[in-house]
Amino acid sequence: MAAIVSVKNLRKTYDTGFEALKSINLDIEEGEILALLGPNGAGKTTLISTICGITVPTSGTVKVGGFDTVLEYRQARSLIGLVPQEINLEPFETVQNTVRFSRGLFGKPRDDAKVAAILESLSLGDKATAKVKELSGGMKRRVLIAKALAHEPRVLFLDEPTAGVDVVLRKDMWNVVADLKATGVTIILTTHYIEEAEAIADRVGVISKGQILLVQDKSEMMSQMGKKQLRVDLSAPATTIPASLSDYDLALEMDGTVLVYTYDTRKERTGIRRLLNEMADAGLQMTDLQTQQSSLEDIFVGLVKDNA
Amino acid sequence: MNLTAIKSIYAFEMARFFRTITQSLISPVLSTSLYFVVFGTAIGSRIETVEGVSYGAFIVPGLIMLSVMTQATSNASFGIYFPKFIGTIYELLSAPVNFIEITIGYVGAAATKALFIGTIIFITAFFFVDIQVAHPIAMVAFLLMTCISFSLLGFIIGIWAGNFEQLQLIPLLIITPLVFLGGSFYSVTMLPPIWQTITMFNPVVYLISGFRWAFFGAADVPVGLSLMAISLFMAACLTAIWWIFRTGWRIRQ
Repeated sequence: MAAIVSVKNLRKTYDTGFEALKSINLDIEEGEILALLGPNGAGKTTLISTICGITVPTSGTVKVGGFDTVLEYRQARSLIGLVPQEINLEPFETVQNTVRFSRGLFGKPRDDAKVAAILESLSLGDKATAKVKELSGGMKRRVLIAKALAHEPRVLFLDEPTAGVDVVLRKDMWNVVADLKATGVTIILTTHYIEEAEAIADRVGVISKGQILLVQDKSEMMSQMGKKQLRVDLSAPATTIPASLSDYDLALEMDGTVLVYTYDTRKERTGIRRLLNEMADAGLQMTDLQTQQSSLEDIFVGLVKDNA
Repeated sequence: MNLTAIKSIYAFEMARFFRTITQSLISPVLSTSLYFVVFGTAIGSRIETVEGVSYGAFIVPGLIMLSVMTQATSNASFGIYFPKFIGTIYELLSAPVNFIEITIGYVGAAATKALFIGTIIFITAFFFVDIQVAHPIAMVAFLLMTCISFSLLGFIIGIWAGNFEQLQLIPLLIITPLVFLGGSFYSVTMLPPIWQTITMFNPVVYLISGFRWAFFGAADVPVGLSLMAISLFMAACLTAIWWIFRTGWRIRQ
């Protein structure tokens, strides 16, 4: 698939000398959901702000739909919708007027039916004439999305859409994102919640200290970098791991009642069957077993730690 | 030119004005009426005529200018400062619009509000004094140019201001004194010679004088000079705004 957003050697150094982005290269494919994962201060918002035109890049280029965001900013920005991290809304205006304003600002002719449809799709249909200040926090976030979608963009940036949002609202937001993807919109979201990236992204980019450490298909990343664990419950606690099993990556947990075997899913053979046989030979009786896949969080923490 | 964007900004800003239409109108009408009662009737009754015009009528152009200048400045500064304050400026900066379009939208709306208030005061004045307008076209032109140029100034103040105190600072410390000392309530010729000279450094003198000329055909300074002063002021504001958007000063990092 063709890249709809193409970032080349993008750098941003603030006047204070702080280097927020260090030569970022990133291609975002049309129709995908890319999650940019990184700790606070990693450069996620700066990257989004620079692509959207709020921050001026120090060097490098960004193209959206083939248009340079600096030289052809009108065409490029027309394709982009931005949902900021903070709830920035005119409190005294009605929901529909604030969405209409966004549409007009992006040069699209007034279309009340379109605005109504957007509000409806975000479950804001009955709030169209309500003042923004009367809405709950979750609804305000939806209004921000409605504003970003008002000019029918092809790329939508969501900057920490669920920061400080409760679990129910977060799941709700994920559904909204999934629905948007179904309409063909490319979505880039930043988050520092790993479970969020894991739940909704097609690809995950890990960003830390202004650098992209890795961009990969989510499941590929998990299978390549993910380690699995086999947890075996023992009928009687063991104090030491038998010497005959020293070739395996084993550990005893829960006061010796659980034997944990860590293995790599990339290897042709996991060694599980052999281990179970050798355990029986060594006199370790098992009562139950389960496997666990390491989460994106473990991968993420590992990557960021390596980069520190 | 993104005309739809200009229209949207303009309409959104005007909606803010119409939401508070009662206070937008009552306050200038009330303060103007008070000026007429105090200066026109109470004090004015002791002053017979100024430059052949009754004192009550003489202060009308100055009163209109006083309100128009302060309203244009405060409306425009608030108009652009508020999005900065509540954070909605992100939308303006990420939209396919250039600085000319943003400026036309915000300054146009602020100038319209000031013009609206100026007209209301003009109408209110009719209830207190007899006014004749000698040069109606020049009057409208001066009023329009003042509305626009002070809205441009307000726009700059709104971008510069980092908090609400700063937003009030320039109107309070600079514009109000200049307007009061600019001959709103007196003719410059009524001052002692040394103050007449000092007053000539106040740009507002030229604006009020030109506007008063449009009413009564008489002025403190030649009308051509007034026209030049307001054009220069407008050009200076436009240059400042061009520089602000070129460098991103205080708005774009």
